[in-house]
Amino acid sequence: MNWTWFHKLGSPKWFYEVTSKWMFWLALITVLLLVTGLVWGLAFAPADYQQGNSYRIIFVHVPVALLAQSCYIAMAIAGAVGLIWKMKLADMAAKVSAPIGASFTFLALLTGAIWGKPTWGTWWVWDARLTSMLLLLFLYFGYMALQAAFDNETTASKASSILALVGLVNIPIIKYSVEWWNTLHQPATLTFTSKPTMAPEMLVPLLISIVGFYCFFTLAFLMRLRAEVLIRENRTQWVKKLVQNDV
Amino acid sequence: MNPIRKKRLIIVLFLVFGVATAVGIALVALQQNINLFFSPTQIAEGEAPVGQRIRAGGLVVVGSVLRDESSLKVNFDMTDGARNVTVEYVGILPDLFREGQGIVAQGAMRSDGVFVAVEVLAKHDENYMPPEVQDAIDKAGHPAKTNES
Repeated sequence: MNWTWFHKLGSPKWFYEVTSKWMFWLALITVLLLVTGLVWGLAFAPADYQQGNSYRIIFVHVPVALLAQSCYIAMAIAGAVGLIWKMKLADMAAKVSAPIGASFTFLALLTGAIWGKPTWGTWWVWDARLTSMLLLLFLYFGYMALQAAFDNETTASKASSILALVGLVNIPIIKYSVEWWNTLHQPATLTFTSKPTMAPEMLVPLLISIVGFYCFFTLAFLMRLRAEVLIRENRTQWVKKLVQNDV
Repeated sequence: MNPIRKKRLIIVLFLVFGVATAVGIALVALQQNINLFFSPTQIAEGEAPVGQRIRAGGLVVVGSVLRDESSLKVNFDMTDGARNVTVEYVGILPDLFREGQGIVAQGAMRSDGVFVAVEVLAKHDENYMPPEVQDAIDKAGHPAKTNES
């Protein structure tokens, strides 16, 4: 098998040049999708038969909770690629995604608490879903702390990637917690295997909002990664030239 | 893929699946402690300790809610479809509390088999629809709320 394309992908210079062309369009798509999804969901979608208007926080809660987990998976995969192929860009990608993922996890917990108070009657309960999500937040914190604990970038990436891979086991636990155990949190509404148990006039804005949040994540991720590339490659010719041209 | 990378790939896979297996076995062993609540069947079969602070969860039996005229005391039956357990509670119930609704109550079993709750939380299901759709379903005679874990 020919692995040249894979190694080309790992070149920081190539990455920086290619993504330069994407940023504007990605930002535009993100704004359009987020505004459409959120305005539609928060203002125009019908109220729920059971929860009334308080269910509307789902248009933020579900996308950020999905991203909190997706971002962790991406971080662990990037970490594994960095470990196996010793690819600098993969190490950087893993490093820059951690704070984004931690923010999404925090938002998921926060919006969940705000939703829980009017519907369940409590801000917090130690059920399997909520606890495993809190563990995810601590995994992100641990990852970030470990990254910062080493002066040497290679050692930092190696150690934190191992932590990310160990913590990967938490992802299926979060996903299936509502099915394996008795929890206060309800089971999933959106699944790949069956029809969503949500009326279409609520489902469409939710899906738009989810795609919008994924675009927002990609945008934030690329911005951070591009900045990280410039910092780490600051001694190379191409970065020096780029900075000179900008000033 | 060159042999060194292959070796590292195997180590990474070993790490992920090794940890997954270990955690999986631990979770199976802890199964009972991770459950947030006991079901009415478990309580009726005596699995729940008497007098200790526990949680119980189930559906409120339709027609079983008795409110005291002069206080906040309320009595109702809770079911998981197989067995029922009577719950006694003094306090304010959450907005979503209603007959047929899933709830999780914290409290303790009294020796006469009544669950004395100190906190009642409402569970809501994963179905979302406008009220008119629910009305139409009710008229057609198919209750939408059938799930309960």
